[in-house]
Amino acid sequence: MRRIIKKLLAEPLAIAGVVIIIFILLVAIFAPFIATHDPQSTFPANRLQPPSRDNWMGTDNLGRDTFSRVVFGTRIALLVSLLAISFATLLGLTFGIISGFAGGKIDSAFLIFFDIIKSFPALLLAITIIAITGPSLPMLIIIIGITRFPAYSRLVRAQTLRVKGHDYILAAKALGVSVPRIMIKHLLPNVLGPVFIQAAMDIPIVITFEAGLSFLGLGVPPPTPSWGSILRTGYSFLRIAPYMVIFGGAVLMLTTLGFTLMGETLRDFLDPKLRKVV
Amino acid sequence: MTGFIIRRLLVTVITVLGAMILLFVILQLIPGDFASVVLGPRATPDIIESFRIKMGLDQPIYVQLFNFIFNAIQGDLGQDVLSHLPVRILILQVLPHTIVLALTSIVVAALLGIPLGAYAAAFKGSWVDRVLGVISISAITIPSFLAGLLALLIFSVYLQWFPAMGAGQSGNIADQIYHLVLPASALALGWVGYLARIMRASMLDEMTEDYVRTARSKGLKESVVVFKHALRGALIPVIAVIGVGFGNLLGGAVLIEIIFHRPGLGYLIYTAIRTRNYPIVQGGLIIAVILYSLANLLADLSYGSIDPRVRSE
Repeated sequence: MRRIIKKLLAEPLAIAGVVIIIFILLVAIFAPFIATHDPQSTFPANRLQPPSRDNWMGTDNLGRDTFSRVVFGTRIALLVSLLAISFATLLGLTFGIISGFAGGKIDSAFLIFFDIIKSFPALLLAITIIAITGPSLPMLIIIIGITRFPAYSRLVRAQTLRVKGHDYILAAKALGVSVPRIMIKHLLPNVLGPVFIQAAMDIPIVITFEAGLSFLGLGVPPPTPSWGSILRTGYSFLRIAPYMVIFGGAVLMLTTLGFTLMGETLRDFLDPKLRKVV
Repeated sequence: MTGFIIRRLLVTVITVLGAMILLFVILQLIPGDFASVVLGPRATPDIIESFRIKMGLDQPIYVQLFNFIFNAIQGDLGQDVLSHLPVRILILQVLPHTIVLALTSIVVAALLGIPLGAYAAAFKGSWVDRVLGVISISAITIPSFLAGLLALLIFSVYLQWFPAMGAGQSGNIADQIYHLVLPASALALGWVGYLARIMRASMLDEMTEDYVRTARSKGLKESVVVFKHALRGALIPVIAVIGVGFGNLLGGAVLIEIIFHRPGLGYLIYTAIRTRNYPIVQGGLIIAVILYSLANLLADLSYGSIDPRVRSE
């Protein structure tokens, strides 16, 4: 752990990433204390106002304070990405380990299954399913998890294939250890490293994905504030009140930048082989 | 190589068939009776019944699935609920716009990203390299739909240099290019950064190769060594990545088409979803899956032709 921190502190871009992430995390945790207004209370008389002393980022079409909505939106962005990535990881680990461990026809069938999910443009698949089932937070997490998990499965499968021929696995088998126990006790700890990197690299992708869906009105249902829905309102009133797009966009950009910088540093550190690739 | 191509083709066909089955299953999830949902609350029972028979909804589910796939393979993607036009025609009308948008974006990204990456590699460690590195990563982290929104705000609303919506008059090439500038640039932005980084890494890799050392030891000028010898070798992996990029851009085009009100496959599917016009959603998604799979197939084949190890996987 200390080596990771030392490495992070040696790279200026990594420091920038960590600072941004800590800032975003603090904003999410202390949102009720930072926000200057209730993000959901409307003031129709005060609609579409430019930034002022009272409304630092202006107001939206219902007179809600954009700054407070941006602050609370941080929670949704982090919550969705955390839960969706956890779900994708869980699916990926389960399918990946079974696929790699079983081998043969089961493995081929799983590979084709992963390819089928991957063959859909993720956003279109998500739009279709959410349009049918109706937008909700659990649905959003499930859909994003499903569109992301093939990448984890392939990674876990490859790791499993690499590890399963090792002596200690063969020894466990010879001693009569049950297959589920081998998977959980012996394979799982060995495949977690790359999965962790993949998860870190996925955070900005999922945050963007959620923002895109909310932008289309298919993310977290209103009136819950999310960055995507702020951009959606901003897009409707772009000509008369561009502040929502400017501020909502800036925060979204800053957050994805922070997580990308950190994800890349972690990847370089935990998997030096990948360093050259990108 | 022939074996590899056949194997990849087979996998692509199976994937597309599997995707069709999955899509069929997803559309079964629509709550309530499909015909009543599509026709809306004002439809009489008679109309609903005749619609069910026309769409084959009165048949058992496995017959419906078989018909769905069989018809799709023959190019029959069903009928638009509103205009009664074949879905295939509606898709063919808008598809060129999406393909032009994605192709233009990837070409723009390559024309900007590759030289930037090569330049950064040639001056590795210098301030130019560092600045380009920061620019690349910033470009990657800006979501394309946000780039679209900001481009719209700056170049269309404030400066009024470019039009805000549409794809331009049909037949008027200049007008169409004029309408393409903002959406294509927004879509290309992230890939400029991505290609620049891949190109830089690939160039640095290439510069350690023996033939580059030989070129140097022959006394060739450094600029010739870098930009003539190393550049060529470094381009190969970048070109393969561009294949994958084209597939991704087809997906990324959805939000850009919606923001700029551009006709296209994504915009068509999105508006069809909003009006519950499911035959168009279904047909549009099948075409999207086929295009996406073909782009990935081409990328795989180009990887295979470059790197023999891929073929044996």
